[in-house]
Amino acid sequence: MDDFRANGNQKEARAFWIGVLARASLKELRAALSLAQVELPTVDVVKAAETGTLMLEARAGGGGQRFNTGEATMTRCVVRYGETLGFSYALGRDKDKAMLAATLDCLLQDEERRGHVMSKVIQPLADLQRRKRETESRRAAATKVEFFTMVRGD
Amino acid sequence: MYVAVKGGETAIAATHDLVAQARRGNPYVPEIGVKQIREQMKLATARVMNEGSLYDEDLAALALKQSQGDAVEAAFLMRAYRTTLPRFGSSQPIDTGAMAIRRRISAAFKDLPGGQILGPTYDYTHRLFDFTLAADGHVPAQVAEAAQPLDVSMPRVPDILGDEGLMEAEVAPQGDPAPTDITRDPAEFPAGRDTRLQMLARGDEGFLLGLAYSVQRGFGGNHPFAGEIRMGEVAVSFCPEELGFEIEIGDITLTECQMINQFTGSSDVPPQFTRGYGLAFGQSERKAMSMAIVDRSLKARDFGEGASYPAQQEEFVLYHCDTIEASGFVEHLKLPHYVDFQGELELIRKIRREQEERRAKAAATREGVEA
Repeated sequence: MDDFRANGNQKEARAFWIGVLARASLKELRAALSLAQVELPTVDVVKAAETGTLMLEARAGGGGQRFNTGEATMTRCVVRYGETLGFSYALGRDKDKAMLAATLDCLLQDEERRGHVMSKVIQPLADLQRRKRETESRRAAATKVEFFTMVRGD
Repeated sequence: MYVAVKGGETAIAATHDLVAQARRGNPYVPEIGVKQIREQMKLATARVMNEGSLYDEDLAALALKQSQGDAVEAAFLMRAYRTTLPRFGSSQPIDTGAMAIRRRISAAFKDLPGGQILGPTYDYTHRLFDFTLAADGHVPAQVAEAAQPLDVSMPRVPDILGDEGLMEAEVAPQGDPAPTDITRDPAEFPAGRDTRLQMLARGDEGFLLGLAYSVQRGFGGNHPFAGEIRMGEVAVSFCPEELGFEIEIGDITLTECQMINQFTGSSDVPPQFTRGYGLAFGQSERKAMSMAIVDRSLKARDFGEGASYPAQQEEFVLYHCDTIEASGFVEHLKLPHYVDFQGELELIRKIRREQEERRAKAAATREGVEA
């Protein structure tokens, strides 16, 4: 049970950093790495960064029958560092970012290095993404409207 | 029928150069950049992504630059590029309920949980030219920000009424089956809702708008309410086989429209509101609304309404709504049809010759009789 839960948490943590890396731009990623002074290991490329498509599914009415609403470009990459495989998946066509993110996925699986990379790279990027989203939301909230229905004078 | 032709290489090479020059326009005017198009022509790139059926804002911007702003030609470039890419899989069904909302309105309910959010819209502009844009461009130094962000998730408006049983339910069929994919298997008729929605989602905005308008004007008898329109960012989730668990791989902007239509009802079903659904890439409200109206009109068969009007006839709508197929078939008429036309010419000449011979013969016979 404990193993299963530990495993589950690890998956959750990994899904979190893969998501943060996917949403970051190459520029943001490089800036965060240089600020954190993270030394990147030399990795073997298992599957070179490749761009393809992902079919996006949606649901009729939002919650009903599934349908295909169109595709999106997506890039994936697999690298190896020692025994560890690092993956990256992200929307878009940035192959340099895919390579960098896969390398970071390797580092983040290394328990000795995870703490530093998490706190100095992933967390700041996640904060940036959250702040950006919150700003958008507060700007939208400023356009919240109250319409009043006029009473007909008859 | 189009028959392949040979030759013309020099002329074709010259026309490629000429179109490149025409695209560039006056060389003393700075060239437009793909990033500028992506950032400043977002509604145009959204249309290209929708009709090209491929979400990629950079590619859509490049397509618009390459096609001199011709949305249909740009969508064609997207479709052509798509065919060169491998398919990595399908996303988890997108959850528009968890959208990071930037705009959300209902024309049916004034006070809805979460509120009415106008967002960035031209709805309340006066459609007067802003000549400052022609000069230096006017950007407000600061836009208003509310103290609090919006609610993290807001209920979809039709679901509010659905709780009372007054709204046609949108539920997944038994077993929640994977949808049909018209990019893999040609559409079959009668088409399922999944096929219809996929074809409408990539359909031509103008064509669907015209059909939706026809429905409103009486050629279909649905006068809908915009139950809800929402626009914002949604996460794309995917479960790669090699990982074995679900991950988010980024966000996309979507516009969703829920149309509420007048009640139907039969001996078995009490009167209730019926629904039409529209979903489009980017901020594409006109497209999402048109799609939702046409989605509802195509449910005519399900509600036993007959299919008396164009917008209710699914083969008519679905076979003719695709921008690329329609423009391909109409525009192929420009290509050399010399052999065909030569054949037609020969035929007409022959028929006329025979007709003249018959006339001459008849006249000769008449003269013979009179003499």
